[in-house]
Amino acid sequence: MTNPTLTAGAVERHLRARRATGRGLLMPYVTGGIAPGWTGYLRAFADAGADAIELGLPFSDPTLDGATIQQASDAALARGASTRRILADLAEVRDLGVPLVASTYYNLVLNDGPEAFCAALRRAGVSGLIVPDLPVHEADELADVAADAGIELALLASPTTPRPRLARICERSRGFVYAVSLMGTTGERAALAASAAGLTARIRHVSDRPVLLGFGISTPDQAREARRHADGVVVGAAVMRRVLDGAGPDDLRAFLTSLRQALDQECDRPR
Amino acid sequence: MRDLLPWREPVPQGATTDARGRFGAYGGRYAPESLVEACREVDEAFREAWADPGFRGLLARLLAVHAGRPTPLTPARRLSEALGVELYLKREDLTHTGSHKINNVLGQALLATRMGRRRLIAETGAGQHGVATATAAALLGLRATVFMGERDIERQALNVFRMRMLGAEVVPVTSGNRTLKDATSEAMRHWVGATGDSHYCIGSVVGPDPYPWMVREFQRVIGDEARAQCAAELPAGVPDHVVACVGGGSNAAGTFAGFSGTSARLVGVEADGGAGASHGRLGVLHGCRSLFLQDGDGQIVEPHSIAAGLDYPGVGPEHAHLRDLGRARYVTVTDDEAVAAAVRLARTEGILPALESAHALAWVIRAAADGELAAGSTVLMTLSGRGDKDVSTLKELL
Repeated sequence: MTNPTLTAGAVERHLRARRATGRGLLMPYVTGGIAPGWTGYLRAFADAGADAIELGLPFSDPTLDGATIQQASDAALARGASTRRILADLAEVRDLGVPLVASTYYNLVLNDGPEAFCAALRRAGVSGLIVPDLPVHEADELADVAADAGIELALLASPTTPRPRLARICERSRGFVYAVSLMGTTGERAALAASAAGLTARIRHVSDRPVLLGFGISTPDQAREARRHADGVVVGAAVMRRVLDGAGPDDLRAFLTSLRQALDQECDRPR
Repeated sequence: MRDLLPWREPVPQGATTDARGRFGAYGGRYAPESLVEACREVDEAFREAWADPGFRGLLARLLAVHAGRPTPLTPARRLSEALGVELYLKREDLTHTGSHKINNVLGQALLATRMGRRRLIAETGAGQHGVATATAAALLGLRATVFMGERDIERQALNVFRMRMLGAEVVPVTSGNRTLKDATSEAMRHWVGATGDSHYCIGSVVGPDPYPWMVREFQRVIGDEARAQCAAELPAGVPDHVVACVGGGSNAAGTFAGFSGTSARLVGVEADGGAGASHGRLGVLHGCRSLFLQDGDGQIVEPHSIAAGLDYPGVGPEHAHLRDLGRARYVTVTDDEAVAAAVRLARTEGILPALESAHALAWVIRAAADGELAAGSTVLMTLSGRGDKDVSTLKELL
C-alpha cells in the first residue's frame, strides 16, 4: 500500500497534519456572493480557527439543501452571484492559511466543462471540491480532470451506503471523506443524528482518510459530540442562518470560536 | 427502420465505468449518495416485477378495470378532411382521471406495494400527476404526499381539492419560483428522509436511473395499443407520422416506444417557452443528465407555457438521445397556436383536449398547412389528456 501522505494533495496533507496534532477539524461553510464584502467571512473563519473553508457556489436548484442554504443560494443569485464573479472576488483574499473547498451542483461544473471549471477554481486559489449530486459511480468524468488540475474532489458517504461501495468512495475521495450524518437535507437539527456514529465507524474501518461529519451540526455541544466519531465537522446552515439574519464577519467569528473551543476541549478525550 | 437501440434498456457506456441507465450521452443516476441505495432498490424491484408475468397481469387488470384501457383510436374525420391528412387520435383523455398519467402511476403504485412501501411521494405541476397518484394510492390503500408549488396551488385549486378528497396530503412548496421544478426538488429532498417507508413516484421520464426507462415502460402501453390498432385499422398498417406533446416527455416516450421498429416518423411537440429538447443545453438536474433550459451561468431558467404540464425546464434523457440520433425530431408551438388547436378540435370533433395535447395537434395543423405533412399522409397523434382542467384558463382567453 502506498503511503497516503505522499500521494495526498494539499487539502488532505493540511488536514492530516492538523489531525496529527490531536486537533478536531472545523470546516465552516459560506455561500459565495451572499453579501457585499462576503470574502470578509473567509478571513473571519480562518481567524477563528477553521481548518478548511467550504465555499458554496450557488445553484438555482439545490436539491440536497434544506431551507437555510436554499435561501442563501437564492439571495446570492438575486445579488447577481455567479461562479465567475465569486471566483473573481477571491482575488481580494490572499494567504488565508487554510484550504478553500468549493461546493456546488454538477450542472455548474458541466456548464463550463469539467476542465475549464477546475482550472478556474485552481486559478482562484481553491484546492478542493464537493459536488453533492455527483455520486462515486458518476464521478469518473470529473475525478481525473480535477486531480490533474490540482483540485481534490471529496466524495460524500451516507448512512445507507453499503459496505463495498463505502470502501470505493473512501478510496476515490480526495482531501477527506464527507460523512453525511443523517438521511435528510442540510439544515440545523436539535441533536446529532444517531446514524452518524455508525457511518463514521464504518468509514474508519476501511480508510484512514480524514473524515468530516456534516449535515445538522449546529451547536458547540453537537460539534463536541461529533468529534467523538469523526476527525472534524462541517457547519453550514448554522452559519448561514446567522448570515441571513444579518450577522457580519465579526459576529460569525464569535460563533466559530465557540465551535473551535468545543472541538479543542474534546480533543483531550480518548476516542 | 434504423436505431432500435434506444428502446432497449439503457446500457452502461464505456468499459471503464459502471455508470447506469445511459441513453447515449444522457441519463445516468446523478442522485445524492443518500438516494443511490433507494434508486438501486427501485431498479432491482422493477426489473424483477417487469419480468414477472404475475405483476404484468395484475397491472394489465388494473389498467383495464380501473383505468378503462384499452383506449380507443379515434379517426378525426372532419378535421382530417379539412387538413387533407388522415389523422387518428390515441385517446388517453378517456382514461380514468383524464390523462395518460394513470398508466405510470398504477405501475409505480403496484411496484411500491410489492416493495413493502406504504406511502407514495409525488410532485405535480397542474395537478394531473398528483390526482393520478392520489387515485392509485386510494385504490391500493397507500398514503400519498404530493408536493406542489404554491403558485400552481393557486392556479389549480380544483385539482388540489380533488387530491385532498382522495385522501392525499398536498404540501405547498414555497421555494424558488414555486412551480413544478421546485415541487420536484422538494419531493426529492423529502424522499431523502423517507426512503425507508416511501416510494417516490416520479410523473415523467425524468429523474435518476431507473426512472426514465421505468416510466417509459409503464407508458409504452399507449404505443403498444396504438401500434396494434393502427395495424388493424390503417390500410398501410403503420402511420407515416407519430406525434405527441413533450414536457418531460412521458406520453411521447410511451407512444414512440410502440413504433420503434417501424418506418413511422416521430415528432415531439414542445411548448415554445418550455422546449428542453429544442432549446436546452446539456446539464444535470433532478438526477439525470439531459437537455435543460439554462442561462449562461448554468442556472436553470423557469419555463413558461400556458399548459402547466409542459412547464418543465428540461426533457427526459431518452428524448435528448432520440434527437441526437435523428430518430425523432422536436418542434415547438406557441401558446396561441395551442389554444386555437384546442378550440378547433372541440368544434370539429367534439373533443376538448388538454392544452398540453393541443400542442401536438397545433403542429399537425401547421404542418398540414405548410406542406410538411404531404397530402393524404397518415398521422397518429396521442391525445394525452382531456381539457376539463383548462376550461377556466380558456374562459379567460376566449
